[in-house]
Amino acid sequence: MSGDDTHDDGDERDDRAAELRRQAQSGPAISVDEFRRRSRRSFLTGAAGFVGAGAFWRWVQTQPTDDRIPSVLRSTLETNEAIWSTVSDGRSAPEYPIERATPIQVNGRVGIREQIDVDDWTLRVEGPDGELLDELDLAALQAMPQRDLVIEHKCIEGWSSIVHWGGVRYGDFHAPYAGRIGDAEYVALATPNGEYYVGWDLDAMLHPQTLLALREHGEPLDQDHGAPLRLATPNRYGIKTIKRIGVIRYTRERPADYWAERGYDWYAGL
Amino acid sequence: MSTPVAEPIARLKHPRAIRWLHWVNFPLLLVMVWSGLRIYWAEAAYAAGIGSWQWFEFFPAPLNEALGLDRRLARGLAFHFSFGWLFVINGLLYTTYLAVSGEWRHIVPDRRSLAEAPAVVLHDLHLKREAPPQGRYNAAQRLSYTIVLAMTVVIVVSGFAIYKPTQLHPLPLLFGGYQGARLVHFTMTIGIVLFFLVHLLQVARAGWSNLRGMITGYEIEPPVAAPIDADGDGDELDAALVESTDGARS
Repeated sequence: MSGDDTHDDGDERDDRAAELRRQAQSGPAISVDEFRRRSRRSFLTGAAGFVGAGAFWRWVQTQPTDDRIPSVLRSTLETNEAIWSTVSDGRSAPEYPIERATPIQVNGRVGIREQIDVDDWTLRVEGPDGELLDELDLAALQAMPQRDLVIEHKCIEGWSSIVHWGGVRYGDFHAPYAGRIGDAEYVALATPNGEYYVGWDLDAMLHPQTLLALREHGEPLDQDHGAPLRLATPNRYGIKTIKRIGVIRYTRERPADYWAERGYDWYAGL
Repeated sequence: MSTPVAEPIARLKHPRAIRWLHWVNFPLLLVMVWSGLRIYWAEAAYAAGIGSWQWFEFFPAPLNEALGLDRRLARGLAFHFSFGWLFVINGLLYTTYLAVSGEWRHIVPDRRSLAEAPAVVLHDLHLKREAPPQGRYNAAQRLSYTIVLAMTVVIVVSGFAIYKPTQLHPLPLLFGGYQGARLVHFTMTIGIVLFFLVHLLQVARAGWSNLRGMITGYEIEPPVAAPIDADGDGDELDAALVESTDGARS
């Protein structure tokens, strides 16, 4: 019995070695002269490919820049935006139980370095022709329907944390102005001093997970987190969630964006 | 018993598609790793240690500065999300070609490869005289080529999970969430870079004919051994006979 097994194993091994040899030699064969001719061609092709790749790389690197990155890369980012905003934007991110939320770290201070008195703060809402649609104080925002939103906030640097936001859904806030903005498709938001500013597609602002946040962790926002009013969403990078909003303006043209002007993707969609 | 004497021939080892896709992949992979490290710099989260005592850190500051990886997050992202498409397209073409042409048979491990791979490694380290039988690639090559292909699939899928976690939800859950996907993506990068380093070493060891094979597609095969004993009597002088016959003919 065992002798037969050994015998079979031996046969099997030989068969396998032969099969592997056959496999290794299954490719078509050519004469050495023909090989030399083809080799020359292959090396020339290889050299051309090498030079071509180098030239392409140089071409990318020496492009005129468009908002601080080579313009061809800016175009790809815009193509990426066209693809993703068509294919799957508008979906919702998962939400979490409040217990999973942790305090969010302070990252950007552009536009909010000086402390302000939140009682003096007002929010200006402007139409596409610069007309004032509204001027609201904190009490007016607190009187609007309030929502909780527990989501993963994602920074473009790579960190993320689950944050418990509270405030007004932008869609609810927007309703009274919907009939007064004409064909505006964008929203520009800026700090009261104008130092930090972001641009949004109106559609993305109207997503149910885009919140005008008044509270973090159930407490009013502190100064470093954008008191008294900031944006919050899981569907755009943190660079779009402007702190201490002073002006909201509906626009027809795509608005300027602080970080997009510094080499980042305007869309920043997740 | 006397077979005509075989001349050396060149046999196709790497079809043209494989060669092109292999060489195009090389610079694309470099660009992806380089731009990826510029992104990693912005949130260098991974290190090993206990508590505040850290004994190992990937890419410490001096290395980042030397390689120009620091303070270039925006450019890193722009390159990563542009060249990423080329990397994905090249990888899809490669995988499709492997599947359709049947070339995968040379690369995917067979049922013995796993058992034989350690012997191949020992042989390569000069710790074992005999190498197991092999086809175009040995057992260790089959395993590592297949694993690196699988890691490439994982790095692309985890990359998309990081890129569009909401729009591709629930993809990040495959990796335990957004941060899990980032960890997997980074780990695969390290794995692929390690593969690449061993690959370079092995190519250097294997020599010029092997490397040339990846450029031209062909490798020269020595004349088949059997016909040397042309008259079948096992006499060593046959070799001389072969030589002279060959010489006379040409």
